[in-house]
Amino acid sequence: MSPRRRAAIVGVAESELGRTPHLTVLSQQARASSAALAEAGLTLGDVDGLFTAGNWSWAPALTLAEYLGMHPDHLDGTNIGGSSFEAHIGHATAAIEAGLIDVALITYGSTQRSDRTRGRPRPGTLTEQYEQPFGLPQPVGAYALAAARYMHEYGVTSEELAEVAVSARQWAARNPRAYHRDPITVADVLASPLIAEPLHKLDCCLVTDGGGAVVVAAEDRWQDVATRPVVVRGHAETTTHTSISQMPDLTVTGAARTGPLALERAGVTHEDVDLLAIYDSFTITVLLTLESLGFCKPGEAGRFVAAGRTAPGGELPMNTNGGGLSYTHPGMYGIFLLIEATRQLRGDFRDQPDQPDQPGRPGRQVEGAELALVHGTGGVLSSTSTVVLSRS
Amino acid sequence: MPDLPSIVIDAESKPFWDGVALGELRLQRCRDCARAVFPARVVCPHCFGEGLEPLLAAGTGTVYSKTVVHRAFGAFAEQVPFTIALIDLDEGVRMMSRIVGETPVAIGDRVRLRVTRLDDAPDAPQLPCFRAEVGA
Repeated sequence: MSPRRRAAIVGVAESELGRTPHLTVLSQQARASSAALAEAGLTLGDVDGLFTAGNWSWAPALTLAEYLGMHPDHLDGTNIGGSSFEAHIGHATAAIEAGLIDVALITYGSTQRSDRTRGRPRPGTLTEQYEQPFGLPQPVGAYALAAARYMHEYGVTSEELAEVAVSARQWAARNPRAYHRDPITVADVLASPLIAEPLHKLDCCLVTDGGGAVVVAAEDRWQDVATRPVVVRGHAETTTHTSISQMPDLTVTGAARTGPLALERAGVTHEDVDLLAIYDSFTITVLLTLESLGFCKPGEAGRFVAAGRTAPGGELPMNTNGGGLSYTHPGMYGIFLLIEATRQLRGDFRDQPDQPDQPGRPGRQVEGAELALVHGTGGVLSSTSTVVLSRS
Repeated sequence: MPDLPSIVIDAESKPFWDGVALGELRLQRCRDCARAVFPARVVCPHCFGEGLEPLLAAGTGTVYSKTVVHRAFGAFAEQVPFTIALIDLDEGVRMMSRIVGETPVAIGDRVRLRVTRLDDAPDAPQLPCFRAEVGA
């Protein structure tokens, strides 16, 4: 078998983050796309595949293509929640390997903070009619049910969950674009208001506006691009349920399938991973994911994080931008995991030994990082998608 | 008062909601693999068999997980704190429900069906809630 044509991420960008009432989901995606293509030294005319996900249009890929003035040869509007963009990487890579396209543009935009739409009850249709009428706030309530079961089975404490938020904030302190940068302690997390037991406010991701874009290019285009390509080594995606009541085991996510499969397809093992980008919608999401991926034994992820192993200076740096908990979380965060992992593998922060806005305080470059595992989770622990990236 | 989210009853869910109005919990059972099925559908999620028949649940089960909700949206905001649980019914299916009654429940506790309204509004639906078996 001849070697397959490889694919790599050659451009990434965020749009404006935080609160952006002057932008729409479309202008956010246009701005992010423009910046990501400019970084790569490519133009919109080079793009032949468009990938996006959202619930802001009956057919987001069509709405976005019209807005951008594109007639792409390949369209993908796969929506499996916040992990959609890791799935898009897999689909784009497959299309590139198959010779269907040369350059893919993956985008996301959200104005959920300005719209104040997160968490509003919707009419209960199809399977949702069996859950909506009881009043569980979604998605936080579903994650709270998972956390309660996990703590019951393994004797895990709220303090151990809180360690995830503390680790994220330590990284956010090194990211000038992070929404919250002031240090927090475990006590701060536990003292924040309870939302749905056992989850406190600081166990929950931010609610922000924002957008992002990722450009993926075929190997034969790499010599044309202005950045150091970050190679897509492996990918896997799955779903286990859509309603939280139908999740087979509240303590095991689809990561148990997609983590090992993506690593196997990449031809690497857990020991080869230098950097983690793990969807942190809630603190519990991270603990369940670390265990399901196989980086920790069941019930041990809290102690793993508490020991500082994922924090700055730790052996397995995780969510080095501050994550959905402290940096940004515009509804479907998955694209930002890819953006940060790409920047780390390229060494973008190497020329910033200090924080750009705070001289004398350390930056966030993970020295020597060559292989990253990026893991998205969508819905209420419903879908997972894992991507393995490496420095070219 | 903000509206409650509406329940959009369809051809497949109508028997379930009709049963709730009568104080019953109607599930399905697969003739091919004998397993209980919920929510209702035309194919068995365990064996893809198409022979699904009605199964009347006993209305008893065990709490698989639960959360006390302190912040909710819309009409539910006025009801906090309240308890949502995932119940493992004795027939072998899991469903979400609201815990009602004065007795709090813990994971592993036995619970029993109690069909009730969660709201005084005239259009509030009858819902399959559960209450603790001990001390009820």
